[in-house]
Amino acid sequence: MQEKLFIARVCTLAGKIMLKSGAETSRVEDTMNRIASAFGIKNAQSFVTPTGINFSTGFADPSNTVRVNERSTDLHKIAEVNSISRKIDEGELDALEAFRLLKAIEVAELAFPWYIQIIGAAILSGCFTIMFGGTWPDFIPAVITGGVGFAIVLGAMEIVEMRLISDFFGSIGIGLLAFLFVATGIGVELDKIIIGAVMPLVPGLHITNAVRDLIAGHLLSGLSKGSEAVLTAMAIGAGVAVVLAFL
Amino acid sequence: MTILAQLVTSFFAASGFAVVFNAPRRSLWLCGLVGMSGWIIYYPLMTNGVDVVGATAVAAIVVGIFSQICARVYKTPVIIFNVAGIIPLVPGGIAYNAMRSFVEDNYNVGIELSARVMLLSGAIAIGLIFSEVINQLNKKYILCKKTKQQKRRHEGR
Repeated sequence: MQEKLFIARVCTLAGKIMLKSGAETSRVEDTMNRIASAFGIKNAQSFVTPTGINFSTGFADPSNTVRVNERSTDLHKIAEVNSISRKIDEGELDALEAFRLLKAIEVAELAFPWYIQIIGAAILSGCFTIMFGGTWPDFIPAVITGGVGFAIVLGAMEIVEMRLISDFFGSIGIGLLAFLFVATGIGVELDKIIIGAVMPLVPGLHITNAVRDLIAGHLLSGLSKGSEAVLTAMAIGAGVAVVLAFL
Repeated sequence: MTILAQLVTSFFAASGFAVVFNAPRRSLWLCGLVGMSGWIIYYPLMTNGVDVVGATAVAAIVVGIFSQICARVYKTPVIIFNVAGIIPLVPGGIAYNAMRSFVEDNYNVGIELSARVMLLSGAIAIGLIFSEVINQLNKKYILCKKTKQQKRRHEGR
């Protein structure tokens, strides 16, 4: 019994890290079941939604619930947990060792430092302006606007821990800067600069994942992710519209 | 020249997104390549008059297959390559435009654009799922072959 509980702890910890890092719910369920069956629990039940995990080692066994409040996208952690579950599957790790490794991953700072993320966002904004039919004179304005917008979002996340509000402020900043660039004659097309610059914030990935979950039969997570994506898009659109309405 | 510019920008856009999503460092350039492969397919199709939804679906299938291969070679979850590779195809710009029209009281334009967003993201999702299906069929085929070989060996003994 004691051992079963510990295995359940290992499974839920792995699931929690993956869900926090933005893995799909089906992948989280699959990983937890796989770890459980590798440790000899044949009838593990897992039920994962984007905001929480339910895991039980079998019928009439105690079930564990984990609430996940904040989600971000951290592919590196997903890859690390995946390689651990692979090793467990091949029998290279026992439960204790796996738990220790997972704990280390949970607190590790694997993410890129903030300035590199901002540089990445800036470069991709410029590139998207060109890809969506913009001209080269708009490249530098889009790079600067996108970088500043992403920096505002990161900064606002530190102060208010609500993604929607920080997206709103970020897109206000983007609208203002893009307008300034066009007004001073450095930029040419306002729309292209803004579209490129909002790309790091836009929930395009969430929309696609939501539809994918829906098609694959994960109705609950598909609907909730879809509504999150719509809300984010609304916040971004509202932020830019506020600027355009007043100028 | 425009094609070259599109190639370079799509490479950097996809790897930029990989940085924002904290992909493992050693797979950054691969993410860029996957994104570029999708855009190579999508851009000529779109500029030569193929419907956007169809072009997106085809490009998503290519991205999906390419990322399945990468995932198997590098033994990492497929989501790492999918996410960055799909991004250039994702209708983020249209989603933003739709929301902007809603906020500016252009409801008809907004509804039209949102319908297009739904169609495009459906196309991407179908492309991804289709490539997963191909992957699963491939796996089953290999498994089938292996078990047949084992059977034959047993019979040989």
